[in-house]
Amino acid sequence: MTPAVELGGVTKRFDEVVAVDNIDLTIADGEFFAMLGPSGCGKTTTLRMIAGLEFPTQGSLRIFGDEVGTLAPNKRPVNTVFQNYALFPHLNVRDNVSFGLRMQGLNKAEAARRAEELIDLVQLSGMEKRKPSQLSGGQQQRVALARALVNEPKVLLLDEPLGALDLKLRQEMQTELKGLQRNLGVSFVFVTHDQEEALTMSDRIAVMDEGRLLQVGTAEDLYERPANRFVADFIGHTNLIDATVVDSSTIALANGTRVAGTSSEAAGTAVALSLRPESMKIGRSTDAVPGDGATSLTGTVTEVTYLGLAIMYKVAIDFIEVDVRADAVSPDDRLAVGDTATVWWEHDAEWIVPGAQ
Amino acid sequence: MAAPGNITEPKGITRHLLRLNSWLVFVFFYAPIVILVIFSFSDNRNVGVWGGLTFDWYRDFANNEPIKGALTNSLQIAVVSTLVAVVLGTLAALALERFTFRGRKVFDALLYLPIIIPDVTMAVMMLLFFAQLAQWFEFTKGFGTIVISHIAFNISFVSVVVRARLAGSDERLEEAAMDLYASRWQAFRYVTLPLIMPGILGGALLAFTLSLDDVVITQFVTGPGWDTLPVFVFGLIRKGVTPLINAVSVVMLVASTLLVALSLFIQRARSTD
Amino acid sequence: MRTRIAGVQPPRQATPEFEAANLRQRKRRGLLMALPAYTYLVTFFALPLLVVVVYSFATRNRFGGTDLTGWNLDSYQQIGNELVRQVLVRSLILALITTALCLVISYPFAYFMSTRKPVVRNLMLVFVMIPFWTNFLVRNYAWYVILGTDGPLSRITEFVGIGATRVLFTQTAVVLGLVYGFLPFMILPLYAAIERIDGRLLEASRDLYASGLQSFRHVLLPLSMPGVVAGSILVFIPSLGAYVTPEVLGGAKTTLLGSYIVTQFLSSRNMPFGAALSTVLMVIMLTAALVYFRRGGRTL
Repeated sequence: MTPAVELGGVTKRFDEVVAVDNIDLTIADGEFFAMLGPSGCGKTTTLRMIAGLEFPTQGSLRIFGDEVGTLAPNKRPVNTVFQNYALFPHLNVRDNVSFGLRMQGLNKAEAARRAEELIDLVQLSGMEKRKPSQLSGGQQQRVALARALVNEPKVLLLDEPLGALDLKLRQEMQTELKGLQRNLGVSFVFVTHDQEEALTMSDRIAVMDEGRLLQVGTAEDLYERPANRFVADFIGHTNLIDATVVDSSTIALANGTRVAGTSSEAAGTAVALSLRPESMKIGRSTDAVPGDGATSLTGTVTEVTYLGLAIMYKVAIDFIEVDVRADAVSPDDRLAVGDTATVWWEHDAEWIVPGAQ
Repeated sequence: MAAPGNITEPKGITRHLLRLNSWLVFVFFYAPIVILVIFSFSDNRNVGVWGGLTFDWYRDFANNEPIKGALTNSLQIAVVSTLVAVVLGTLAALALERFTFRGRKVFDALLYLPIIIPDVTMAVMMLLFFAQLAQWFEFTKGFGTIVISHIAFNISFVSVVVRARLAGSDERLEEAAMDLYASRWQAFRYVTLPLIMPGILGGALLAFTLSLDDVVITQFVTGPGWDTLPVFVFGLIRKGVTPLINAVSVVMLVASTLLVALSLFIQRARSTD
Repeated sequence: MRTRIAGVQPPRQATPEFEAANLRQRKRRGLLMALPAYTYLVTFFALPLLVVVVYSFATRNRFGGTDLTGWNLDSYQQIGNELVRQVLVRSLILALITTALCLVISYPFAYFMSTRKPVVRNLMLVFVMIPFWTNFLVRNYAWYVILGTDGPLSRITEFVGIGATRVLFTQTAVVLGLVYGFLPFMILPLYAAIERIDGRLLEASRDLYASGLQSFRHVLLPLSMPGVVAGSILVFIPSLGAYVTPEVLGGAKTTLLGSYIVTQFLSSRNMPFGAALSTVLMVIMLTAALVYFRRGGRTL
């Protein structure tokens, strides 16, 4: 099946700044795809290149197999929901939504009819005559969605569309967008810096930093098997412990302690051990019972934070500090600051990522 | 233009002094106009003296051919110069706000000069320019020379107003239009143009007013039979004043107020923000 | 942006050359849009400007015409004359007085405007702008009516007991007319600058024990300075070259720069001298504008 969007070796340079650095990306038809990364990582620039609002400096860009690299945006079967919605302030809701249809030559009556269908779909019936300034943020966002979708684009691009909404509304919209995408079957390409959002909504996620594509995969791929330090750190919360490879099944931590760790790198390579706080266990040294095959370290509790569902301990071990997440227990059973504690983890909880700091 | 925190009124005597000052300014602004209107109905050849109610001066104005001729001249010149200035000025504003090109800074500076130049200097400039030109080409001063001079300063005023409007409007809107299948021309016509229209109208009104108002420049470049109303009235004032001028002035006043009211009305009727 | 020519070649892959060509096309388009106004201004503004400067170096021949051969600085030397210097000094002083008066009157007004609710503020703005839209000549003439012998002002001063006055045809009348005409030019930039100031800064100043006067001197005034500078330039320059107001309200006794220049062209027919004076006026104006823009002034 032809992928919806294919980027091959796409680079974008603005004078000396390399905004997008040689990325290869494939987005499947009907997929909810997210591009995730911190501000300035190039995700928005990439999106704009797909839309045609920027042209790549180099590389191939295909939409359903057709090369579109130099094609103007108004000739691409792609529509965008902009970050601040970019609704036309001088047009009412219906005229905003039917704008694309009118530009393509559709007559007024038919365009209005289709616009109204979509206004219903996004649950804004009754607001057709209002101007954008008379709408709330959430309502404006729906108009922007309707305005893009009414044109039945092959790919829908969304540039941080939920950023301006408050938390509750954002969560509602996340569910709605996901449902909408599933019903329409159209590929959605979604740009965000909020990893939780990306993890919740997307089929697959591309993580970017400083113009480079760091990893593409499902939420589970990225969370359980981050390809590098950045991804491990960016997605969720993790402990990163610097280490060096000893052999294919052992690594050495900074203080020399040998722990089990599978790695295919050559001996002596700098790596990091990634341990999610929830996959680690903690107990008082006096009564902790790590099983066989588990690696354990001892240290002192430096911080105890109550999270409602769980308790987060900060344990200082020699040269590092780790965060460990434990089930919530009554205050008597909890460890306290200053206690000596043993921290251990099973072999399958660990994950090695390349690269030193 | 909202500031993060509004300035609150000071307390005590400063408060009262400020209010007093504002009221005085208000009176200062409008008293002369009111007085002018009052005395245009005064039956006394002496301009500032009240001599009983009369409409004679207005009747004189209605029958005064030279004045009416001057009025027609003013209007014709204002309309033509405004139209041309609006087109050129808007194009210039679009070029400066939405594009980069070589010589942009020079153009920007050149565009500002007519605004800050004193009109005496500009009058001299145009006079000498046409005098020089007359040595090489055959032409008579009049409509052409006046219109050319008015356009020369009006372009800048129009462009300043339109630029302000353009700068405040989001470029993303034009991108959104193109994303929605609009060609460059369609994006301009259906998105940019409606959004800057208040600016264009404001600029047009400004140009029209400045053209009607102008005295010195017109005086220097005018030709036989082409005196505009201000130039004509100016001449009258220096020769000998009668309340006829009051009547003419009031008519001009009413006309400009109506014009402003009209433009405000149009703006309100079409704009959103 | 390059659009696809219908039916012809399918779009190619993007390359740096394409990007460069695209940029060039954009630049060309921008230049094309600017060209009409650009050409017009060069022909009918820059060129005339040049003509004036050229004329200022010419000589006045016997018949009142201008002899363009033989360049000299005679006209500029004439500026050093006693009479001319008097005119210049008088004009400068009057312009300065006008500017100062405008500032003193406008500042409290603009400040007051900023403290009002938005609705009231807009209303006040409209009220300030309306006189601006009415004919300049008419506004000067209104003062002519008021200040004459037996005019309304005279009637008032008689009534109050000071006796009949005739302010018309004095320097006071000219200043009055100039202030009246240019007050909006001072109010608007001042208001724009003051309105932009965060009111909490003034509150903070009070919180830190500053008196009203101190708050004004150390917080309000410095922050509103761009507006003060802008307004001052917008009033000073036209006042310096004012022609209509002095002609209508001043008398033959007080010759100011504007009238003096006009005389050179309409009666004395000493074009080079008039051109020289105009050039000087223009240089003053350009200097002031440069000062303003150097200080980071934005659009007027």
